[in-house]
Amino acid sequence: MSAIASARLMPALLLLGVALGTGVSTRSHAEYADVVLNRNAEKEGMRPVVFPHWFHRIRFRCKVCHAELGFKMRAGSNLVTMGDIIDGKFCGACHNGEIAWAPENCDLCHSGKPGLPPGIFGGHETNGPGIW
Amino acid sequence: MPFRPTVLIALLFASMAPSTPHAGEWAKLAEDGVHDPKGPAIGLLQQPGDALPNLPGDTAGNQVHWIKALRTGVIQPRPNLDPAREDRRLDKDIYLDLYGSMPSVRFPHLAHTEWLDCTNCHDHLFLPKRGANNISMFLILQGQQCGVCHGAVAFPLTECSRCHSVPNNQAQRIVAAIEAEEAKRSAADGDKAAAPTTNSESPSKTPTDGGKAKTK
Repeated sequence: MSAIASARLMPALLLLGVALGTGVSTRSHAEYADVVLNRNAEKEGMRPVVFPHWFHRIRFRCKVCHAELGFKMRAGSNLVTMGDIIDGKFCGACHNGEIAWAPENCDLCHSGKPGLPPGIFGGHETNGPGIW
Repeated sequence: MPFRPTVLIALLFASMAPSTPHAGEWAKLAEDGVHDPKGPAIGLLQQPGDALPNLPGDTAGNQVHWIKALRTGVIQPRPNLDPAREDRRLDKDIYLDLYGSMPSVRFPHLAHTEWLDCTNCHDHLFLPKRGANNISMFLILQGQQCGVCHGAVAFPLTECSRCHSVPNNQAQRIVAAIEAEEAKRSAADGDKAAAPTTNSESPSKTPTDGGKAKTK
């Protein structure tokens, strides 16, 4: 192939590259496995809670919350109340001012967008007919 | 020297490849669609883009290879809050789907018990007995069985070959060898006692675990 022909080919290849590149770097919105808790929050005048799995699994293995603390592995199956948290149950096992911030820092957990339904977000797999 | 378009194409692709193995970027909390961008926490909470690029990369889910992150010691997540609580591990691979149209599945207990407790899956999701569980992709895709985690928080169901990873004939040979050894052992144990029932609470005492159960 001559140099001239390859020079003609360059813009086409660049366009192809840009198209592929943007496809690869498409970002999802919520981080994979973010959980929104909003069965009570907005009814009681607070923003929904956003629980980021990624943040917690850097620091704790799944078994801490899902075996030791008793969180069931299904979004929506744990009715978490502030009363329980203040009593040291569920989130309150760590969010007690010793391991993690204390429950009086309301807005750090109640940080969700108003109107969000409870559920698990962040993966296209979770938008289908499944029951996560 | 003749011009080689393949070299040009290769260079072009190489220049587009991200410098890390991560497939993309992490949305900022204010733009992620779940956090309230007007909320007071938005400037205080850790951003995924601050924490996750430091972990071994992956192409799916959080774009983090969580098992690698754990095993390389990049992260050291706590296994318990109560130090008296046992951090149970089981190093035993289970081979499934030996005759399907996909390669067989190797289920590694070790990778799972590094994160999870036995009770997270046994016995309400899976009976601890090969062949007893009627595992089906139809159910998994609906969030049952493996799909309780895979597709929601563990690597997603787009990653077929991570589970379907062993050629059928190889998996069949491995299972035949395991079954032969089990038969030999139960013949040796023979009439000493009636076969004890399997007990998911005590994997180290389970007779079918190949003697590899351990706790840490």
